[in-house]
Amino acid sequence: MTDEQIKQAIVGIINDINPDEDTSNINSAERLRDQLDLDSMDFLDIVMELRKRYGVHVPDTDYEHLASLDSCVAYLRDKMAGKELVS
Amino acid sequence: MTTQEQTSGFNLKAEGKRVLQGSSGGRVEKKHNPVEKAKGEYDVIVIGAGLGGLTGANVMATQGYRVCLLEQHYNYGGMATWFRRPGGHVFDISLHGFPVGMKKSMRRYWSQEIADSIVPLESIKFDNPQFSFETEFTREDYTNKVVEAFKLDRAHVERFYDHLRKMEYYNDDGRTIREMFNEFFPGRNDVHRAFMEPITYANGSTLDEPAITYGIVFSNFMSKGVFTFSGGTDTLIMKMRKILQQNGVDMFSGAQVERVLVDRDRVAGVRVNGRDIKAKTVLSNANIKSTVLKLVGEENLNPDFVQQTREVRLSGSSCQVYIGIKQGEEIPFITDLLFCSTADHFTSEELCDLRTKSRTFSFYYPKTRPHLKNAGFTIVSSNNARWADWQALSDEEYEVEKNALIDRTVSHLEQYIPDVREKIDHLEASTPRTFNFYTQQMQGASFGTKFEGLDVSMKLSEQVPGLYHAGSVGIIMSGWLGTVNYGVITANKMAEYLHEVSA
Repeated sequence: MTDEQIKQAIVGIINDINPDEDTSNINSAERLRDQLDLDSMDFLDIVMELRKRYGVHVPDTDYEHLASLDSCVAYLRDKMAGKELVS
Repeated sequence: MTTQEQTSGFNLKAEGKRVLQGSSGGRVEKKHNPVEKAKGEYDVIVIGAGLGGLTGANVMATQGYRVCLLEQHYNYGGMATWFRRPGGHVFDISLHGFPVGMKKSMRRYWSQEIADSIVPLESIKFDNPQFSFETEFTREDYTNKVVEAFKLDRAHVERFYDHLRKMEYYNDDGRTIREMFNEFFPGRNDVHRAFMEPITYANGSTLDEPAITYGIVFSNFMSKGVFTFSGGTDTLIMKMRKILQQNGVDMFSGAQVERVLVDRDRVAGVRVNGRDIKAKTVLSNANIKSTVLKLVGEENLNPDFVQQTREVRLSGSSCQVYIGIKQGEEIPFITDLLFCSTADHFTSEELCDLRTKSRTFSFYYPKTRPHLKNAGFTIVSSNNARWADWQALSDEEYEVEKNALIDRTVSHLEQYIPDVREKIDHLEASTPRTFNFYTQQMQGASFGTKFEGLDVSMKLSEQVPGLYHAGSVGIIMSGWLGTVNYGVITANKMAEYLHEVSA
């Protein structure tokens, strides 16, 4: 999976858990929480969907790495290697 | 009402018969072992089918785990329950109203269909000697009403809300609600009442709880209004059972878990109705104190943890009066939820007094069950109560107090519907003793534990790896939304644990 696809994977999950959010203009470097209406249950859902869709495990001590799209990419690059994007 | 719960309900078991727990007086004998069709091993066993247990079970099943759900009562739902009575009455126990967040949680962890049935209450009313107003309980409307009723500065009320919203579990300043109210609204007992009474009815908390618990719960409510499930509790639980079945969860009611089995310092399964079933993880949706002290047992635990659990206080209990309106009779639309009191001033003590003058009325009109042709009118009153007060009564005194409670409640209702008494054809009361009998909650607890219970609940898996708890704890995890979300949070931890042990 490319870096761009990892971003698409995260945005795809956010679209599914929060259909009312406009995710078309997310700034990758900025914290997701500052741009979208996401609470702690939303972040938990992102973690659970990563596990369900990609078999990727994010222990709770690593949740901070999911703060922005860029930090997600850096953290997930190895874990998502060789996996197919699920639409 | 019969006096079935007077002793404890468990006496019949001493006669050696297996009886169906929760059935009328516990007198229906079981013909089969309720768990005879259970498999020998699961990834997850869930003890208790309250909303936290049901949701935890569903989240684990959708992640592909083999899940078994065990419920002691013959029905599922825990406190999210209902009962039927002759005359076509269906009484909802805890459908009073929940925050908008429930819509999101139902869509994500259950189904779009369930989420679509969540609708806002039209009206909430307050009526007591200090003030009287009607509100939608949205942030905007409620603010308008309190600014007007109490002549407050709007910006100051907004500052109070902002302060509440910023409070986080990991950032607790140790203040009590009383201290916080006295800072923002000094000497204003009427304002304290408006802000505190609904929350006390919702979760049993008093002015002496940590302010953080209030901040989180009030902020959840003070948003888009109060919501309910169109179709009634029975429809909701039926839909949830169907989804669990589709997701392959083995469900057994009348299943009394006796022990959580621990082997080599890890959870190994449960003993239920005399049978051992293996499991890699166990999620207890029973009360946290009974989970630790009764189901696990001290011998498997660190003494400091046992002591910490003993010191956890329960968050009080409730009384309810169930009022059935005769088929064919109607009552006018009063409001959906009425917070009313004839007490001159507000104190947390008065709210849970044996003979409190304060109660809520939940009005259930035919719109509650739009799918029924002959849906009628029912009214459920609730008030806070102390286990000790009701437990201390002799059987005769208990009957007298219950009847007095019913009479006080109907008289109170007559202030709003003068001719209601002649339209009633069913009256029944429940007390902390009733809740204890049906749910097996210690001291009939109807709101889980005080704040300190959350720490014990979250640390349980450190004591016994593989064993988790979800349910009403710590005030912030109570109520329908709190316990549903806590079930999800815990299921996520369990999935991580299962991943680690399989790796």
